[in-house]
Amino acid sequence: MENNTVISLKDIVVGFDGEPVLRHINLDIHNHEFVTLLGPSGCGKTTTLRIIGGFVTPESGDVFFDGKKINNVPPYKREVNTVFQKYALFPNLNVFENIAFGLRLKKVPEKEIKERVFEMLDLVSMRGYERRDVNLLSGGQQQRVAIARALVNKPKVLLLDEPLGALDLKLRKEMQIELKKIQRETKITFVYVTHDQEEALTMSDTVVVMRAGEIQQIGTPIDIYNEPVNAFVADFIGESNIIDGVMKKDYLVNFAGRDFDCVDFGFEENESVDVVIRPEDIKISEPEKGQLTGVVESVIFKGVHYEIVVDGRDGFAWKIHSTLYEEPGREVGLSVIPDDIHIMHKMTGDDEK
Amino acid sequence: MKFLSKFYVAIIYLFLYLPIAVLIVFSFNDTKSRTVFTGFTLKWYEKLFTNDVILSALFNTLLVAVVAGVFAVILGTFAAIGINAMNSRLKSILLNVSYLPIINPDIITGVSLMLLFLFLKVKLGYTTLILAHITFNVPIVIFNVLPKLRQMDKNVYNAALDLGCNPGQAFKKVVLPEIMPGIAAGFLLSVTYSFDDFVVSYFTSGPTSQTLSVVIYSMVRLKVSPEINALSTIMFAVVLFILLLVNVIEVKKEKYETKMMEGEN
Repeated sequence: MENNTVISLKDIVVGFDGEPVLRHINLDIHNHEFVTLLGPSGCGKTTTLRIIGGFVTPESGDVFFDGKKINNVPPYKREVNTVFQKYALFPNLNVFENIAFGLRLKKVPEKEIKERVFEMLDLVSMRGYERRDVNLLSGGQQQRVAIARALVNKPKVLLLDEPLGALDLKLRKEMQIELKKIQRETKITFVYVTHDQEEALTMSDTVVVMRAGEIQQIGTPIDIYNEPVNAFVADFIGESNIIDGVMKKDYLVNFAGRDFDCVDFGFEENESVDVVIRPEDIKISEPEKGQLTGVVESVIFKGVHYEIVVDGRDGFAWKIHSTLYEEPGREVGLSVIPDDIHIMHKMTGDDEK
Repeated sequence: MKFLSKFYVAIIYLFLYLPIAVLIVFSFNDTKSRTVFTGFTLKWYEKLFTNDVILSALFNTLLVAVVAGVFAVILGTFAAIGINAMNSRLKSILLNVSYLPIINPDIITGVSLMLLFLFLKVKLGYTTLILAHITFNVPIVIFNVLPKLRQMDKNVYNAALDLGCNPGQAFKKVVLPEIMPGIAAGFLLSVTYSFDDFVVSYFTSGPTSQTLSVVIYSMVRLKVSPEINALSTIMFAVVLFILLLVNVIEVKKEKYETKMMEGEN
């Protein structure tokens, strides 16, 4: 085990009412890292977090914290703290007492409690609110109190369960930046759960993409976006065109009725593959200049770009992002450079989408 | 139209309060007549406070109501916590079983408890009376505490564990304050039901542990003594006072909260 690994999950299996929730999860989380567990609802990301927090006991597999096995250590004896979904503040206590809760339990001297609580109030920009009733705070303010309440205990690891899910878009963006800032300042390891891929890409050092109780891919945001391991990851991380293809040989793939040069290799000859192309990587041109041709089916203005759907010759509807407007009904050419063609093994068995 | 609606309201309240008004008026009546008001007096109130039978019955009633209320609250609260944590099928079965004593006619509860006590050869007295009252109070507490538990964010309890509470501390520091309004309501309702109860008490009290309703019942079989009027008037006044007090507190609290909200904006 690497010496900067703080949490390590080994072959974790969890079931609920006979339904498998986690199937053989292996995951190492390093010190000072911002790790995001990303996936659609029901993929097991929250369960993974709750295993680290101690609220769920795995059926099999081991949980290590700083190299020590903590399978049977109850939540109140673990050096991790959690920011819960919908905050779960103590409604009977005011802001100060909510934040001081953990310190009081540890019998920290009153003077130190005061210092540390005010330090936290500064960190989350809530100075002056210490006597407020938490029930009368706005969502964003409750969020800050929840973060302060967890961070004041100086945990080695902070677990965050979709903490921004209940906030509106603008506030969410602000809090993303603020959370990242807090993480850099405190150097605490963050394990963050979300279903919002943009949030994951913006904030994380490492993204763990999960699906149906299995980890699909672990990597940096850039890796995950540019080199998704399969069609699911590609589709979940941003929008994608996913089309069936056949790998003719190394560096040559056939899809949409013609051969394309590509940069992938190591597939079997004539293996069926998924071809993934990002909508922003397809260029629209005059019909005779394109590798493919099609007819513009619809154009939707999205603010930064237009989302254009082009009906290809073979019936595949290409999704394209472009800053230029195209007239619906017009015949256009489509082209894509080899670097932007991503080839993936077909997903097998019940993983089929 | 406006006259009609006012008239309607007046009729309703007359219907509700006329009997009590008559009772109050005749508690001040000089003679024992139940039809003619002959003059003002307070002598029935004086007599009431020297009537040992009524006073000890009043004491019994209060004692039973409070003791049964306390036990019912403890049993009912833990039962509610247990039920709340169960899976949905078991939960709905247990909820229905808990409803039964509430829907069940009192007479059946009373007679069955009496039969049980006789069968077990327990002498009827305070113990049986209190046990009987706990029996019909526990479901009341359960149904007052359960909604509070359901309203509570489950993660609030988890958050307490997360911050270092063991399960006992988490219950005391976080869960209990949250469900306290339900427990208080359950207790007050229990006391009210105990106070109200005649049928079950009639079958389960012994000769020395009779409650007010049982004593009054045996007295009015001969004739309604004006002392009873006086006692009823006092009880009505106390209840009215408590109700007003609660309302005043509510209004003040609301005003305070709106003030706090406005202060924030």
